[in-house]
Amino acid sequence: MQLDDLKAIAEKHRSSRKKIIVRTCMSAGCMSSQADVIKKNLEAEAKAQGLEADVEVRRVGCMGFCGQGPLVGVDQNGEHGLWEFVKPEDAPSIIAALKGGECKVQRGDPKHPFFAKQMHIVRANGGIVDPERIEDYIAIGGYEALHQALTEMQPAQVVEEVTKSGLRGRGGAGFPTGLKWGTVAKSPGAKKYIVCNGDEGDPGAFMDRSVLESDPHIVLEGMAIAAYAVGADQGYLYVRAEYPLAISRLQIAIKQAKQLGLLGAGVFETPFNFNVDIRIGAGAFVCGEETALMASVEGKRGTPRPRPPFPAESGLWGCPTLINNVETFANISAIINRGGAWYAGIGTEKSKGTKVFALTGKIKNNGLIEVPMGIPLRQIIMEMGGGAPDGREVKSVQTGGPSGGCIPADYLDTPVDYESLTKLGSIMGSGGMVVMDDSTNMVEIAKFYMEFCMEESCGKCIPCRAGTVQMFNLLEKITQRKATARDLAKLEELCDMVKNTSLCGLGQTAPNPVVSTLKFFRKEYEALLQPDPFGPLSNGAAKPTELATK
Amino acid sequence: MSTALPKQKNESLGRVMQHASGDKRFKILEAHMKKYQFRHDALIEILHKAQELFGYLEDDLLLFVAYKLKLPPSRVYGVATFYHFFQLKPQGEHTCVVCLGTACYVKGADKIISSIQEKYKVKSGETTADNKLSLLTARCIGACGIAPAVTYDGHVAAKQTPETTLERIKTWI
Repeated sequence: MQLDDLKAIAEKHRSSRKKIIVRTCMSAGCMSSQADVIKKNLEAEAKAQGLEADVEVRRVGCMGFCGQGPLVGVDQNGEHGLWEFVKPEDAPSIIAALKGGECKVQRGDPKHPFFAKQMHIVRANGGIVDPERIEDYIAIGGYEALHQALTEMQPAQVVEEVTKSGLRGRGGAGFPTGLKWGTVAKSPGAKKYIVCNGDEGDPGAFMDRSVLESDPHIVLEGMAIAAYAVGADQGYLYVRAEYPLAISRLQIAIKQAKQLGLLGAGVFETPFNFNVDIRIGAGAFVCGEETALMASVEGKRGTPRPRPPFPAESGLWGCPTLINNVETFANISAIINRGGAWYAGIGTEKSKGTKVFALTGKIKNNGLIEVPMGIPLRQIIMEMGGGAPDGREVKSVQTGGPSGGCIPADYLDTPVDYESLTKLGSIMGSGGMVVMDDSTNMVEIAKFYMEFCMEESCGKCIPCRAGTVQMFNLLEKITQRKATARDLAKLEELCDMVKNTSLCGLGQTAPNPVVSTLKFFRKEYEALLQPDPFGPLSNGAAKPTELATK
Repeated sequence: MSTALPKQKNESLGRVMQHASGDKRFKILEAHMKKYQFRHDALIEILHKAQELFGYLEDDLLLFVAYKLKLPPSRVYGVATFYHFFQLKPQGEHTCVVCLGTACYVKGADKIISSIQEKYKVKSGETTADNKLSLLTARCIGACGIAPAVTYDGHVAAKQTPETTLERIKTWI
């Protein structure tokens, strides 16, 4: 495989395209509503109506507007149309509409703010390419970045370019990617590994699933470029078992890339070798933590270990290991293609580029969006998301899953970047954004997250194992209206203790939902408290002797 | 004590191998292990395959895996119990997995689960007495755009309510 071969495949594929392309969304959301039957019906109908020569019915990945699914997109005469809530029996009228016929199916508006305010880098090909055909990806310039890196750049130059882009880890913590790559590249060792973290455990987040299902090659290409930059030859892609469609599409993608010599031995006929194996998770939230994930890749119980040593120095089987999130890898090919400086021009001073968010919960427009960093939260929730349904008010937005916090509606003008969200007591997280309306009880939400952390605690360190249970019991007591101010004070003390003494990110961030709801919605907690039968003797409160002197 | 242990080990091994000899599924599982060259780091993949073949991971099956991979049974058992995906008890004829991710939760997944619990007298994670229905919960299946989502026998259904869920389960029982 040389660049000419790659271009020839792209050219051949482009020239074989038909005039009209009907794109059927076949990612997990739409598949649950018979998207596979819809595609079959559309194909049969195109044949029946004599449009077989002009119409290509294509399987595509997520188009983003999941709440309105199943979706069917149409590209005709340079215009893009969108059909929403499609049913299998709608196929005849959709095909008839291509010839100017009437169609009763709900028409979507591609110019809606939900789409218009987006900026696509990671999801550039989502909803456009067929995730099960590598030719589709090559036809839009896929794997050219890998070729460029391998033939025109030194590994150090690749690291330099990524550093220049200002890209930060998209898994949540926001560690500068270039710095991490540089550390792994410099670590001594003959054997190095690349690990892609696709263990998207945060409830309410599905960005990684969507990227893996819609465009698996963009992740593989990013991993291969990373492997070249740091000097690794083996990669592991860790995916949750809950995402069977993503796993099967990745298996197909790896097989196709190997057949074309884009993965495996001698990539692009250079001395660079790179193999990727899929590792399937088995349902443990803590495996999203990097040291726990590596233990799981090694076939062990997924429990974290103290850092340092960091994986960049001693990771899988004691070798230097580069571990990045799916979305981080998906940014790489664009950075190599268009340059780090171009990427650094997007976003804010400290948070560059775009971020994919899963916009869900009590909001009109559910789905996946990719926006430039620094966009105010209000634009995402109110303009793109359309606010809360049924005439209700948005009360708060939860970002960062069980490690994040609830941002109240008063702070909707906050720009979305790593620092601003941290300042509010939440985190960027992997990108889940769950909107809650005024009917939501914030104490219940805090309890919900604490129950999650309690069940998902791996049990290795005591603050997390025992602390989450105690915090959950206290929250339960509060919601049952049996707690007093003493219990609330104890809860706050425990939050502080668990946060500062836990071993890994799970425990350190487990109190965040409680702390942030206490900060902004303390009244809801206090309304549930009972008068203390023993007087106001509690942690931090005034002692009886002090009261007497006053 | 020193002699009792090896004897016990030999006995359980003999039982497992006898159990395995007449069952084709063990052969398939062994072929799968061979594909991974009996490597220890493939343990989770092998347990996935075992669960796919047998439906759940019984003790003898775990012993078989441990013996074939030359791993201590404690390690295999430890991994099997650590991950939620592995089932150590047989499942009912049908499984209903209610997603309890945040998006599903704020949209009423808790009401769905309590309606099933009430109607069929089954707790989450358990199977009904007649072995027809297993009620499970998931910690987010990534289908948040279509919340609340419920998985019926492996098929995800969108935007469920207590009524639609009970209706669907009624067709099974």
